Amino acid sequence: MKRTYLGEFEEIVLLTVAIMGDMAYGVSITEELEQQTGRSVSVSAVHAALHRLEEKYMVSSHMGEATAERGGRRKRIFTLTALGNRTLDEIRLLRNRMWESIPLKILSALPR
Amino acid sequence: MNIFKKSPFRGDRRTVRGMQQPTPPRWADQLLEWFCAPYLLEEVQGDLYERFEKNLRLFGEKTARREYIKSVFGFIRPFAFKRNKELSPPLYIQIMISNYFKIAFRNLLKYKGYSFINIFGLAAGMAVTMLIGLWVHDELSYNKHFSNYDRLGHLFQFVKFDVEKATYDVMPIPLAAELRNKYPDFEAVSLSSNTHSLILASGEKKLVKTGNYVEPSFVDMVSVKMITGNRNGLKDVNAILISESLAEDLFGLENPLDKVIKIDNKESVKVVGVYENFPYNTSFKEVLFLAPWSLYEASRENVRRDKDEWDSNSYQIYAQLKPGADFDKVSAKIKDIRVNRADPPAYRPEFFVHPMSKWHLYSNFKDGVNTGGLIEFVWLFGIIGAFVLLLACINFMNLSTARSEKRAKEVGIRKAVGSVRGQLIMQFFSESFLVVLFAFVLSISIVLLALPVFNQVADKQVGILWTNPFFWLTGLGFSLITGLVAGSYPAFYLSSFQAVKVLKGTFRAGRFASVPRKVLVVLQFTVSVTLIIGTVVVFRQIQYAKNRAVGYDRNKLIEVNMNTPELYKHFKVLKSDLQQTGAVYEIGVSAGSITTQSGGTTNISWKGKSQQGKPLLMANLVSHEYGKTIGWQILQGRDFSRTFSTDSAAMILNESALKLMGFKEPLNEIVTTNGRAYKVIGVIKDMIKENPFSPVAPSFFIVDSRSVNVILVKLSPDMPTSESLSKVEAVFRKHNPESPFVYSFVDELYGKKFGDEERIGKLALFFTILAALISCLGLFGLASFVAEQRTKEIGVRKVLGASVAHLWALLSKDFVMLVCIALLIGSPIAYYFMNQWVMRYNYRADISWWIFVGAGAGALLITLLTVSFQAIKAALMNPVKSLRSE
Repeated sequence: MKRTYLGEFEEIVLLTVAIMGDMAYGVSITEELEQQTGRSVSVSAVHAALHRLEEKYMVSSHMGEATAERGGRRKRIFTLTALGNRTLDEIRLLRNRMWESIPLKILSALPR
Repeated sequence: MNIFKKSPFRGDRRTVRGMQQPTPPRWADQLLEWFCAPYLLEEVQGDLYERFEKNLRLFGEKTARREYIKSVFGFIRPFAFKRNKELSPPLYIQIMISNYFKIAFRNLLKYKGYSFINIFGLAAGMAVTMLIGLWVHDELSYNKHFSNYDRLGHLFQFVKFDVEKATYDVMPIPLAAELRNKYPDFEAVSLSSNTHSLILASGEKKLVKTGNYVEPSFVDMVSVKMITGNRNGLKDVNAILISESLAEDLFGLENPLDKVIKIDNKESVKVVGVYENFPYNTSFKEVLFLAPWSLYEASRENVRRDKDEWDSNSYQIYAQLKPGADFDKVSAKIKDIRVNRADPPAYRPEFFVHPMSKWHLYSNFKDGVNTGGLIEFVWLFGIIGAFVLLLACINFMNLSTARSEKRAKEVGIRKAVGSVRGQLIMQFFSESFLVVLFAFVLSISIVLLALPVFNQVADKQVGILWTNPFFWLTGLGFSLITGLVAGSYPAFYLSSFQAVKVLKGTFRAGRFASVPRKVLVVLQFTVSVTLIIGTVVVFRQIQYAKNRAVGYDRNKLIEVNMNTPELYKHFKVLKSDLQQTGAVYEIGVSAGSITTQSGGTTNISWKGKSQQGKPLLMANLVSHEYGKTIGWQILQGRDFSRTFSTDSAAMILNESALKLMGFKEPLNEIVTTNGRAYKVIGVIKDMIKENPFSPVAPSFFIVDSRSVNVILVKLSPDMPTSESLSKVEAVFRKHNPESPFVYSFVDELYGKKFGDEERIGKLALFFTILAALISCLGLFGLASFVAEQRTKEIGVRKVLGASVAHLWALLSKDFVMLVCIALLIGSPIAYYFMNQWVMRYNYRADISWWIFVGAGAGALLITLLTVSFQAIKAALMNPVKSLRSE
């Protein structure tokens, strides 16, 4: 199983991109992340993560439309690539498989 | 990409600001614009603005501004700095460059002959240049090993015997104390003996090694690096400092400290220290031991006698100036020391300090002026090196341009597909760099192979400076320049072809396209011809001097130094024992070797001597049998003979002395020297004792067996040399057991006088051969190209009935023309420079016309041989084959 590994933050950002559909760009992802996780996220961290994800061919991007509140600047819209999609899938499968491999006895005994 | 600058919304922002709408802090904005990569700026700034607006709505201006600043700082991270969106060089550039190299390799492999000529020719040129570079580096770094390099000097004096000022490096002993005590510019002064060859014995081991007697201050002046022992040890009389190599030779692995060495079987000295050998490229490379000056004084009577003698010039003086002192100024101060003293000698010595930086490269003086020396050869060879490299570059350029038509189609297609000119230039440069790189690697291996021979010829210990960054910098720098120079012509010329014309087939290299090529060939051969003529002149000069009549018979003549008291004590017995062996024809003794002139005097007078000038006459102290031993040729009168007891006051003159004295009837004339009157009993033919390129100095010979120090033995002509040598050795061992039997053949000693000239001759020969070889390689390549290009023409001509000879003449004619032009240009240049060189010798071979004719004929012959191979090959080709294609 050879794939590019993702960090935790990258994984969350990638998931957020998937959630946002064609509305995923810097600020919207940041806000969604803040809502979803409840932690405060900086725009720059999200940008950096998106940048890395693009380097890993997990997301692709194109320039979107400009709005007045952005001072006339365009957004960069990110979309999940097939590779990104597959990677998320694999991560989920892996997690599920591992969860399922925990014997029930131990699972119930785990401290809550 | 920076839409911001063109954005129509920009005006909007201004109006918004005009309405007092809060905006993000300006400076933070500017900071962001400054550091953020332009392609990222739009989205980043847009996001930050959006965030700012939202924060403004939710939390008010203050918070929004604070958050904005925080966010801007948050973007100070690597990804935002990267100016290029490309994550790695774009793929197409990689592919293109690899394609360039692929094409280059394919071209190299497809035309193996051309590639060989290109790479090998260039490598040979680079190797020569590298060798010369290493040689020049070695010459220029001569003596730089010494940490006081800038401040050390050697005392010299100009003296005027006759018309011209002569230069000597020997000084009177009291001068040292005078300099030390009265002239504050000197930090240290040390007397030194000449480099003596002495017997050093320890136990059973006896070696003859060279070294100097010096004062203790010498050790610090020349920054001797001690390995063990005391560097101040020379303050003791019976002490000696020995070099590492000598310590190993004498004591092997034992600790040399405090061991006793016996010098010349007389004085015993204790080893007080071992020092690192002086490096090979220093003036003191032969100084293998340093003995104290006090011992020199104690052991030699003449040194004691000369202690306060201002007119006995036999000793070296080295001096170290204080920091900041100027050699010229100091020399001016000490110039007249002797003349200002009481009773100055007639030759009026002028002392001066010769700085260490000039010892090696500027060692020639003529009439009181420094006239350079080896530095001329540093320049000469430097220029030759540059020329040889140029020749190699020319080959490369010529072959590349000659083959341009072959590659014209490639250029056309590349252009049609979309190459721009810059890319084509890049391509051809990358090809030339590839070749240069191969050549560079090859040249280093050639240098490695050639260095042992080169070192032998040049008398050097040069190695590749693997660890010297400067060497690599120059090496690679030169390769780069070579690549640029060699590649520039094809790069710019080929890339200028018009795609349409080339592909349509109407492209023809113009009538004058070959002109630059021809000019370059002429240039090449001009250099080669000049070098050939120069080499011939050098060799003729050497040969001329070698053929000069020496005036005595060097054959089977050996010299042995009288190095121990035993030799003096037992000389008579030794002589009769030697004669009894039958291996010896005659034995004579003299003061000084026959191949050197040990001393002269101006204190000499004769009847009718003019009052002007104080001519120097060379004094030779010899035994009665000396003349018979060396076989001198008596022109008038007779040789010394033991049957005349009056011969202790007899004198023999040489021809030059006779000419100087102007006697009509020299026999029985009286000559007075140093207060004693001598009767002239004979005149001999001039004998060359000194420089074989100079006239023989006027000399006289008198019998004096007290000061002699060299035994000359003429081996029997009837016995094989090796047999008589072993017999002689046995006798010497018997009577001089404390010394190894060390002898030298006079003809070998004499041969060493030509060392410098022969070295230059051999180096010049080496460079000439290479230059000619490189030129021929280029010519070979060009000829093969021309033959190939004219294949069809030759085929047609053959069909129409042209003979092979005719075709050969047709193809060779052009090249012969070029070489003839080169001859016309090269000959005067060679004449000009070689005439200057030859003029330096008093005794010289004239540069006669046949040298030029010979060199010209030689060059033409090589050219014809080179070209003919290709021409005849082409002429012999079956026309059916050459015409069938297409």
